[in-house]
Amino acid sequence: MTRQRKTWLVLGAVFVALLVARGMIGQGLGRVYVKRTDVTVKLPETAVNDVAGAPSALTSGSTNASTTTASTQAMETPAAASTASSSATTISWQEWKQVTPLEFNAAQKANPAQTEITLSWPRTIGLWLAAFFTLAIFSFLYADNPFYKIAESLVVGVSAAYWGVIGFWDTLVPKMFGALTPGLVKSLVQPSLVAPEKLQQISMIFALILGVMMLWRLLPRGGWISAWPLAFIVGVTAGLKIVSHVESDLMAQAAATMKPLFVSVTDASGATNMWDSWWASVANVLLVAGVICCLAYFFFSVEHKGVVGGAARVGIWYLMITFGASFGFTVMGRIALLAARVEFLFDDWLWLIDPNHFRGL
Amino acid sequence: MSSGNFNNTNASARPWFERLDRIDRRWIFLLMFLAVAGPILWIGVTGKTLPEAPTLAARAVFEEIDHLPARTLVLISFDYDPASAGELQPMATSLVRQCAAKNLRMVFIALWPLGNQVAQQTIQDVIRDDYPALKEGDDFVNMGYQAGNEAVMKLLLTDFAKAFPKDSRGEATSNIPMLKDVKMVSDFPLLISISAGYPGSKEWVQYVISAYNEKMNFVTGCTGVSAPQLYPYFPQQIAGLLGAIKGAAEYESMVNASLAVDGVATPPKYLQAQRRMGPQLVAHLLMVGLIIVGNMIFFARKRRGAA
Repeated sequence: MTRQRKTWLVLGAVFVALLVARGMIGQGLGRVYVKRTDVTVKLPETAVNDVAGAPSALTSGSTNASTTTASTQAMETPAAASTASSSATTISWQEWKQVTPLEFNAAQKANPAQTEITLSWPRTIGLWLAAFFTLAIFSFLYADNPFYKIAESLVVGVSAAYWGVIGFWDTLVPKMFGALTPGLVKSLVQPSLVAPEKLQQISMIFALILGVMMLWRLLPRGGWISAWPLAFIVGVTAGLKIVSHVESDLMAQAAATMKPLFVSVTDASGATNMWDSWWASVANVLLVAGVICCLAYFFFSVEHKGVVGGAARVGIWYLMITFGASFGFTVMGRIALLAARVEFLFDDWLWLIDPNHFRGL
Repeated sequence: MSSGNFNNTNASARPWFERLDRIDRRWIFLLMFLAVAGPILWIGVTGKTLPEAPTLAARAVFEEIDHLPARTLVLISFDYDPASAGELQPMATSLVRQCAAKNLRMVFIALWPLGNQVAQQTIQDVIRDDYPALKEGDDFVNMGYQAGNEAVMKLLLTDFAKAFPKDSRGEATSNIPMLKDVKMVSDFPLLISISAGYPGSKEWVQYVISAYNEKMNFVTGCTGVSAPQLYPYFPQQIAGLLGAIKGAAEYESMVNASLAVDGVATPPKYLQAQRRMGPQLVAHLLMVGLIIVGNMIFFARKRRGAA
């Protein structure tokens, strides 16, 4: 057994021992509770007809909200899991909403035989999987290992599949098929599809042709055909970007730099506030000087000597300060993300802390 | 600093800077973990947070919303996903809370696929839990995710209903009462983007604000990585800016102070950003310390080399 394997074994054993010990102290750890709600929705005649024509609308949660009763709000809960059973004019199902352990304990205390709030095994397993994969990714900091590889592969696989599904259901189905065959899409998969205009339908035929041309590169012959849609994409993107960049990043930024070097700040009584005026003026001078010096640094048509050389050196200082600020912000962002994951481990999983008062610790 | 094991022979004979220079970098990782975990445990147990002094950019966000008359339409774009929620969710929660408390009419949109879900979660946590009187369709509506990035923004310039033909429930835009008078994006006096990257705040400035700078104001909350790219737009093109978790904590403290009720503690879910400033403080002190030690090693080696 190699030294590294021994280290992993010891680390794993210590971790499992600590986890078991934690599970036996106090309220335990890592459980998710859910509350069952029975929802009944009455549908007017028109909606019933729609539903009869397109039963998939119910399970996809796309029922027109204006036709429902007061239970609509519960129906929109993202975590809702519905099992629908419909009669002629009413639909009823059960929803499971996540509740805190505090609510579970209170319900148990009031009635130990209650079944309204229960432990959710799927969500609890999900929580433990989230904790496991968080630790699996962190384990790379020690050394590369199979747990990290599993987590990494899962991220890649799930991301690829997710983007595929998103691309199909949010782009191809509503925008392409929905425009070309609105009746079919509306009756089969998206009852809430808003009918496209005639012009939109025609333009989608054009888009479909370009799409097919793009896929032509997969065929053994005629790969050059895909150059046409690529040219279209490049042309449109360039047109959009050039206009927006000139407007927002060149003209507007140049205008924002044209500042007075002396600023007079007046207070509520109309008198000049010397302190604020001084600092506002200093800020403007620094801004204008910074822009000029940084431009001088990137101006290579003149040799960086004398005044231009001095300005370029000051420009370097400005750039270094900018890079430092960017690095500082990046560090702050990364630490915030790390803090969020550690908070998840300590709070949701290990129940060591209770900042949101979910468990009444 | 070395990443692997090193030969310990004559280690004690090496000068201090050589020993520090060869330290296994996993000790640095462990120190960073402790620097983050320690304050989280301490704040989690005591419930204490650090005081915040709002900066100009964060104050501007608060005031932009605070000055709006009740029932004003506000467009809130959720341009992030759970991967950035650690930084952005606290500011999203506080932004929605201030808008709800001011009785502004909120229209939520998402240009990131999972933005719809985080918007829905924020609506649940803030509006449904704490402002149940607000009615969907009249006071707020979630228009969901729309694919297309900048194309959606360009479409919003001319036709809101075409860009978002239905809301996340499937209700047609033309049937939503609060959107009756909305023709295009300039009908919203204020646009808020909570942005983790592309498409996000920068694209909103480039494609929408540059076209309607006179008619509508724009405030944004962004991740630390993208904040330096957005500061040049403040205050001309971006009226207010929340940069990373620090900006979120400043803004959160202002919203909490403005909505504080005597004798009633602020709900913990509105203290997320301020809680995360504890780990930030200790981790930054560690970073500063490491940079100083790194420089000391550099200059000590240089002096030894010169000698």
